[in-house]
This record gives sequence, structure tokens and C-alpha cells, in this order.
Amino acid sequence: MNNPENLLYAESHEWLKVEGKEGVIGITDFAQDSLGDITFIDLPQVGDTFSKGQEMGTVESVKAASDIYMPCDCKVIAVNDKAIDNPESVNKDPYGEGWLIRVEITGSTDGLLNAQDYAGKCVH
Amino acid sequence: MLETPLHDWHVAHKAKMAPFAGWDMPIQYEDGILAEHAHTRNAASIFDICHMAQFIVKGDKAAELLRKAVSHNLDTLAIGKCRYGFLLTEEGTVIDDLIVYHLAENHYFLVVNAGCADKDFETLVKRLGKENIENISPKSGKIDLQGPKSLEVLEDLTKQNFHDLKYFSFTHIEYKGHKILVSRTGYTGELGYELYCPREAVLTLWEDLLSHELVKPAGLGARDTLRLECGLALYGHELNEEHTVAESNLAGMLTSEADYVGKAAAKEVKHDLLVPLKLEGRRTVRNGDLVIKEAGSEEVIGKIASGSFAPSLGYAIAFAFVKKEFADKESFVLKAGRNELTAQKTTAPFFTTGTARIKLS
Repeated sequence: MNNPENLLYAESHEWLKVEGKEGVIGITDFAQDSLGDITFIDLPQVGDTFSKGQEMGTVESVKAASDIYMPCDCKVIAVNDKAIDNPESVNKDPYGEGWLIRVEITGSTDGLLNAQDYAGKCVH
Repeated sequence: MLETPLHDWHVAHKAKMAPFAGWDMPIQYEDGILAEHAHTRNAASIFDICHMAQFIVKGDKAAELLRKAVSHNLDTLAIGKCRYGFLLTEEGTVIDDLIVYHLAENHYFLVVNAGCADKDFETLVKRLGKENIENISPKSGKIDLQGPKSLEVLEDLTKQNFHDLKYFSFTHIEYKGHKILVSRTGYTGELGYELYCPREAVLTLWEDLLSHELVKPAGLGARDTLRLECGLALYGHELNEEHTVAESNLAGMLTSEADYVGKAAAKEVKHDLLVPLKLEGRRTVRNGDLVIKEAGSEEVIGKIASGSFAPSLGYAIAFAFVKKEFADKESFVLKAGRNELTAQKTTAPFFTTGTARIKLS
């Protein structure tokens, strides 16, 4: 599986790219591969606030549905509408075009994993 | 877990494998369910269906015994034709759905679901006598070739003409020294053929089919979305021992005049009715999700039998067993986990432009 070095990872298979006080969040390559073809994505609204570990959305594939959890305390500042309209982009490019939300990070990112440690959690 | 003769092939070709009815089966290959679904609607796919069980019914009284054992109208089933129907309980509920092939006088071929094979065989032994039935599954295989290009593929491969083979008809061919039963039937709503062959011929036939440029493999995931779009029942979902044939909305199939087991009861709607539903968007419901009386209500009036995003339609569809007093409603509220979704009653098949019945001659 592809786990870029510059990202932080949650054990529940979300990634966080820290950009100063902001962050971009998506689901990992392992998550999209486990789900199979994604057919529906439900995401929060801009302005919604979350605490770390809180459920913030859902990803459905032909065969399964999976909740998405917030990797850190944050406030949503943008939602990737293109991913909602083209869920297959999350399968094709989970770390690029298939990003899900942009947030303002309001808490600590301690406890998230680096790429090597996350790779150890990627077992079916 | 049981393995088909193609198991090693699937694993070598990176199929995602999962248990199905006691068998380790390919759910999808690398292209994924949506691509396999589209390829079947547009070209031709092959499916490993070697898990399904195959019985031979034969004997001086085979016709007389079988017409009372299953719901199929055998009196009008000519040799060379096959028909879909049910093995019923005394209560008119469904032990299994199956296809009966009329091979020759007093000689039939039955194809049943893998998960029901043991109870089916036990039931049929009781109804027919063990001297009249044989389970040939261990020495038999089955590959489904499905899609609008499947005729072209079959003719290229066998160098024979299949234009005259009509829907729900079959013929025998010789292929590389193996006897193969070719049946113009399937479970996708597209033009297609079910190929029954000896177990030892399965791998050769599979690889030869795949060598055709129009053919790709498809797994059970695509098989399920394809069949659901076409409104075809899946045993354990739309059909089960808790519901009569009429409750599964298939009483129209019960045309046999024979006095078969479960006949009168099968035509009664006792508690529930199967309702086809169209959801508002891509979000779906799944087997076991609930139908509730109205938004926010705790009162359950039904249960989802099958539900999926329908790739050829672009929205989600479902079948639900709804309490009969509510089955006339036009709009339903479905509950999937914490989410409530609204759905409109529609008609099955959901996808209506498949090529299964097209005239070829």
C-alpha cells in the first residue's frame, strides 16, 4: 500500500496533511482498497466543528459502508464537492484529487501515526 | 472452505476472495465491481459458477414424480428447453429456486443454489426416491458467459452457429473432447450463456474464453449488482422459507397444473409483500435494514431484502418485504443505521434495456 511520508495517519484509516494551522483530510489507500469501488460519500458542512475521534462522515462502496472519523480537533473550512460528485476519484487518487475536507486544526495531532507505523496497521 | 477448479487461477490473478455459501469465491478482480459490471453490460464477462450444485433426475417415472416435487410447469416443457421455478415447503414457502432442464424423456437436469444444495437434495430424495436422483456436482462445473457480445465470443470459440438457440433453450456441443451443455440463460439481464462442463474441462474453457479480446472475468460482486438491477431474486434475500412465492411477488410463475407440494399456499400473500424501491440518490440501504412507518417512527413495517447502488442507473435501488397492509404505499422511509432515507415504489426490473431476450434469428 501507498502511504506518503509527509502525512499523519489515524488507526481508523484517515490521513491528515498538516499545512501550518490548516489540515487536509482524506481516507488512506488501504481504506479505499478495502472498500472497493466507492459509490457515495457523505461529508460535514463548512463551519462544523469536531473533536478528535468523532464521526464526521460516511463512505459507501458497492459492498460496504464505512464511517470516517476526525483525526484531530478541528473546524471544517472546505469540502471537496468534486469527490462527492465523483466518488471514484477517492479510489483513483486518495491522497490527491480524492481529498475530502480542509480544516482549521484546533487541537493537538499527538497520537497520530507516521507512515511506517501506520503501515503496520494495514492488515485485513 | 470449498474451492472451485478455478480457485488457484483467481488467487493468481489477484481476485479479492471471500466466503460464499461455504465456498471461497472471487468477489472482484483488479478492475473492480463497477468496471466488471459495465463490461458485462457492454461486452462480455465470464463468471466462475462452479459452486452451484447440479442434479440429474432420471427414471421411468421421473416426469410424473418431478412435476409433483417442484413448481415448474413440466407438462409444457419441451425437450431442449429449460424453465425457472421453485422447490417449496408444504406451506408454500421457498426451499430454493432452481432451473430444470428437460434433457430427454424422463430425464432432467436441475441446477440449484450452492447454499441450499444439501437440503434440496435431501428434500428431493424424499419426494422422488433416491434411485431417481443423482448429485453430479463433484464432477461438474459451470461458467457463465454474459453480455451483449457473448454470442460473438461463443461462435468464435466453438466455430458453431448459436443464432438459433432461443432464450431458455439449450444444446449440447463437443469442445476439445468434452461434452458441454450450452444454455441461453443467465443472471445478468444481458444476452448470455451458461456453460455446463465436466470439472476437468473448466480451466481450459475459462482460459480459452478469456483469450478472446472481448472477454474479461467478473466476480460475485458484479453478479449481484447486475442481477439486482434486472429484478432477479437472490435466494436468502428475496426468496426464503419465511415467505410464500406470492409474497416474493412471483406468483405469476406458478402455472403448473400438477398437484405439486405447496401449490395452494404458495399463491397466498400471508404477511408481507416484496416491494421494489427507488432511492433518492446514490446512498443505499442493505439487507436487514428497516422500513419504518414514517420519518422518526419507531414502528417497523418492513425489512430490506437487497439494496445497492445501481451502477447502470446512477442511483440506489432495493427490494423490501413490507407488511401487506402497508404495501400499497407509494413512498417509504428506510432506516440504515442512524440514517433515514426516503424511497419511492417502482417496478422491477429496475434496469429495462438489457439484451437477455433479444431475437437473434
